[in-house]
Parts: sequence; C-alpha cells; structure tokens
Amino acid sequence: MTLLERLRDGDGAAFATLVDGNAASMLRVARMHVSSDAVAQEVVQETWLAVLQGLDRFEERSSLRTWIFHILVNRARTRGVREARTVPFSTLAAREAGEPFAAVDADRFLPADDAEWPGHWAAPLPRWDEVPERHLDARETATSVRGALAALPPMQRIVMIMRDVEGWEAPEICNALDISEANQRVLLHRARSRVRASLEREMADERL
Amino acid sequence: MSASELPEMPCRELVERVSDYFEGALSERDRVRLEAHLAECDDCSIYLEQLRETMRIAGRVEVDRLRPEARDALTEAFDAWVASR
Repeated sequence: MTLLERLRDGDGAAFATLVDGNAASMLRVARMHVSSDAVAQEVVQETWLAVLQGLDRFEERSSLRTWIFHILVNRARTRGVREARTVPFSTLAAREAGEPFAAVDADRFLPADDAEWPGHWAAPLPRWDEVPERHLDARETATSVRGALAALPPMQRIVMIMRDVEGWEAPEICNALDISEANQRVLLHRARSRVRASLEREMADERL
Repeated sequence: MSASELPEMPCRELVERVSDYFEGALSERDRVRLEAHLAECDDCSIYLEQLRETMRIAGRVEVDRLRPEARDALTEAFDAWVASR
C-alpha cells in the first residue's frame, strides 16, 4: 500500500510518521514567512488539519508531500502577509545562489600561477580520523552539525534539512518549494560545504 | 573520452564541483576530469569522504519537532477524520 492509501485506510501510525518525518522542514518553511516559532507551529498544525480535510479529494497530480507543502506555503503566506514577509522562495533561492561563495577558503590553495601545482591544496587536508584523544564522538558531531545547519542562510538550511535530514529527492524539493533544479543544486552544495567547513573548524579546535 | 586529453581539474575547482558529481549532474567531460583527479589526489579523496560524512551525520541530527500538545491534537484530529468518513 502506498502512504496515501494507508492514510485513507485510517492508518494512524502512517499519519504520525508523515507528521514527524516532515516537521523540521515544514517548521522552517513556515518560519520563513512568519515572525515567531510559535506562529510557525500553528501554521504547521493548521496545514495538517487542511490536509485531512482535503485528503479524500487529493487527485495525485503532484506527490503527496508536494501537495502538503503547497498548502503549507499558502497558509504561511496568508499569515505572513500581515507581517509583510512575502518574498517567494524562488527569489530568495536565486538571491542566495547569486552570492559570492567558496566551498573552501581561497588561501588554502596554491595560486593559479603556481609553477608546479596551480590550484592544488597548499597544505595537506587535516584528517578527521587522526584527531587525538578528544576525538569528537557521534553525539558531539551531531550537535555540531545541528548548530552549523542553524547558522546557514535560510534557503540553504531548508534544502539541506529536506535532503540530508529528512531524505527528500531533489525533484520533490524543487516542486515543493517552487525553486529551479539549478538553484536547488547550488543551495545544497553551499550548505553541505559550509557544514563540512564548520565541522573541520571544530575538529581543529579539538586538536589544540 | 580519455582524461589525458582533457585539462586537469585542480583541487580548488574540484571542491566546487563535487556536489554536482554526487548528484550525477556533471557533464561527461567534467566527470572524467574529476575522477581522474581523485585517482591521483589523496587530499581530495579525503575531502570527498568528509563531505559524505557530513551528509551522514546530518541524517541523524535532532531537528525541530512539533510541540507535543500540537502533535497530540493532530493524532486526535486524524482519529476524528477517520471516524467521520
């Protein structure tokens, strides 16, 4: 049975899995339009009530999650209008994707005119598995990634949460947020690169 | 397409292309260049592995959830929806 069939069949566990599995990205999406976490929680809750009301009429012209996110975005926007936060995701995505960016600081590489190794690593990349003694354990690294995610620009944060935390596929993210595939890829690249860089800094601190 | 006929992909370029490589979004030409570079460069191989590790760790991060009261209310709403049909 598909997830949709299970929901229509009255499977409460399937509903709970869907609610929990998408809570983080739904809250982030809502929070982009409204001014507080509390209102974002309300918007997500209202969205689920609207989903239940519409579930029997849902015609599967999009994926279930895409349909749910369109309801969410509409609700969040309606709330957001009062707070004058109505910039579309496609605009925000293009803006973030257009900012200058380097996955790794330029000074970590030899200059482009180096006689022997132009554009290669200037020094060996520090290995994470050689951090002595206080090697970051799984809990510490997860906490650190959580902090790095929270510090990302908003669209990069949403895309990485959807993709790497909640396990969405790229086309579904593009549909749910109405952003282009090219921008989705750029945002994901920047997000992952930034979180990696932040972990690297943390590993380096552990070495001191 | 053979890598020896193509311009080398320096490390600095690789770190910007690696996400598209993971996504299968590189051109055939750039995929060949990237893989040829990886075969030769330990540091870039480590870099790639660190990015994969970053993605794996992200998969087990505790992220924001709905407040328990909101979640309970939704469970009730679902049951009511089931009962009403």
